[in-house]
Amino acid sequence: MRVLLYTVSILSVVLLAFWAYREGYATRATERQVRDLHRQIAQAEAELAMLNAEWAYLNRPERLRILAEMNFERLGLMPLAATHYAMIDQVAYPPEPQAASDGTAWATDLDAALGDVATLSHGPAPLPPLAGDGEQLP
Amino acid sequence: MIFRRRRHAYLPTDPFAPVPARDRRPSVDAAPRRSARLDADAVRVRAERRLRVTAGCFLVGFLTIGLKMASIAAVGPDEGGAFGTGPGIAGYRADITDRAGRVLATNVHATALYAQVDDMVDPAAAALGLARIFPDLDAATWERRFTDGRRFLWIKPTISPEQRQAVHDLGEPGLLFARRQMRVYPGGALAAHVLGGARYGEQDVRAAEIVGIAGVEGAFDSTLAATGPGAAPLRLSLDLGVQAAVERVLASGMDLMGAKGATAILMDVDTGEIVSLASLPDFDPNARPAPATEGDPADSPLFNRAVQGLYELGSTFKIFTAAQSVDLGLTNPSTMIDTKGPMRQGRHTIRDFRNYGPRLSVTDVIVKSSNVGTARMALDIGASRQQDFLRGLGFFDPLPVELLEARRAKPLVPSRWPDITTMTVSYGHGLSASPLHLAAGYASILNGGLRVAPTLVADGGGPGERVLSERASRAARDMLRQVVTRGTASLAQIDGYALGGKTGTADKPKHTGGYWDDRVIATFAGAFPAEEPEYVIVVTLDEPEIDAAGERRRTAGWTAVPVAAEIVRRVAPLMGLRPERDVAAR
Repeated sequence: MRVLLYTVSILSVVLLAFWAYREGYATRATERQVRDLHRQIAQAEAELAMLNAEWAYLNRPERLRILAEMNFERLGLMPLAATHYAMIDQVAYPPEPQAASDGTAWATDLDAALGDVATLSHGPAPLPPLAGDGEQLP
Repeated sequence: MIFRRRRHAYLPTDPFAPVPARDRRPSVDAAPRRSARLDADAVRVRAERRLRVTAGCFLVGFLTIGLKMASIAAVGPDEGGAFGTGPGIAGYRADITDRAGRVLATNVHATALYAQVDDMVDPAAAALGLARIFPDLDAATWERRFTDGRRFLWIKPTISPEQRQAVHDLGEPGLLFARRQMRVYPGGALAAHVLGGARYGEQDVRAAEIVGIAGVEGAFDSTLAATGPGAAPLRLSLDLGVQAAVERVLASGMDLMGAKGATAILMDVDTGEIVSLASLPDFDPNARPAPATEGDPADSPLFNRAVQGLYELGSTFKIFTAAQSVDLGLTNPSTMIDTKGPMRQGRHTIRDFRNYGPRLSVTDVIVKSSNVGTARMALDIGASRQQDFLRGLGFFDPLPVELLEARRAKPLVPSRWPDITTMTVSYGHGLSASPLHLAAGYASILNGGLRVAPTLVADGGGPGERVLSERASRAARDMLRQVVTRGTASLAQIDGYALGGKTGTADKPKHTGGYWDDRVIATFAGAFPAEEPEYVIVVTLDEPEIDAAGERRRTAGWTAVPVAAEIVRRVAPLMGLRPERDVAAR
């Protein structure tokens, strides 16, 4: 009986010691990991701050104005003026879609309804023509 | 008794004394005659006592360990080790953004260069190498500094990564790099006077403290510095796009008018939020120039004319007199006022720009800007009521706006207030205030009569106590609109927006006393849309001059007004104000 008691207690002490050491090592590993993560966060924050600063620098109004002036022929951007505002009646709205099941019907209706208003073409795009050797042209 | 004192060994002091035997044989007589049982009992009691004491010691030990474990379990997990920069100088500083969250000021990592002279191998070569990398460093100077006994030297506060690599390549172990946060203003000179600037305060090799020295950086220094990484930015009421447009229009206007300085303020009429505040000439807060040590500080680009510039703002003040007169019930907009000039008061004479006839209505006094008519109204109001009204509008105290410079900009108010002061102040002479004071005053009388305190923080302000009745406020708006439609500010008629406002041209005071004949401060102060104002605009030009319509002109109607009109034309659509049709007809 006593032998059993001694064996069990010694065994449990050994096991507990093993467990405690393992916890200790696990804790230290976690701490290392946390420290590593903190370092990564700090680095990411520094990078983010740098990117934010660069973004703000690239988007500063002075530069955007110069870019808009350089690309005026292509973009036609100009300072917003009172004449750029319009009444809501002057905006062409698409008609309510009637046949939702037919994907293309309302688009052709829309083209008809908009009439002389220039719009992009709706409906399925035609396949590009095939070149002589069967290759699709861009 | 746990510890038993050992019996002292016998130490002979007399060398001739006989040495006693070590083991004294127990004398038969002395042996106690005790029974064996009694003896055994005593031994057992003693052993029991010892065991108890030992057990007690163990118990105390285990209890201590148990308590410690319980306390560890109770306080919860705690991360070991410090992950921040540790105690010392925190280099963090919160960002500053405009009202839409666009960055106006932020921090980036930077590197500082320093020297540990004790670790240096070859100071002469190091100085030579540094001079090659940094053209502004002199090799001889730095060699002397490296060798004159100092052990630690800061060389450069911030260096670029390329320069850092070049210094690294020198291979000098005594040249070391320190980590820094650097304050950056990505917009450059944009909103420079609002942002102010920052410099390094205390520094060591791990971090350096950034200290705000002007503008909002100075006013919010402790708040901005008290934050850790990733803190919420300080959101200003400025709008970056509007600010850029205002600065651009103002700069070209200043050029066109040949002015040596200009300022423009755009303020929300109800809350006092400043949407744009520009002062020219300006500077780049990334490389803030040193304050001028000689000459007039008002000529330095650091000088914020909108806040620090105290000017006699001229006829723009007349609307305060008219509004108060209507508010007190002394007049209404159509009451006729005697404008026969010149008007004499003691040894002073008040006259108008030209003679406007014997009588004008209150509205026409404002529209034609008659000094005589305004002075008559002011005399009816009286000195004390006039002072109370102007004090209520904030003209007697420094502005509460969040700029470091504003705290010291106390308006120049006459100490005595005789009738002549009442009369001159009524048309804006004798009292010097900043253009921002004027903007706040206009906002207060035009928003329905609630006092407005200017602020630079988004969602920061709100209307205060009532300084003027709703009725008088409406009358003032109507008069200001008529100044534009048929008065001195006719150049402020623009498409889409009804602008109302008052011009003011004041001769500049000489430093030696008296006034210049040919140097003026031209001001336009107004609000738009005129009927239900949303924004107040103040434009002030310093010494403008333009050749227009065959004459050399300096009055505000020819100088400040067109600039203000162009600003409104540009920024009103940006601020989402819907243009009105047929503005000119009304």
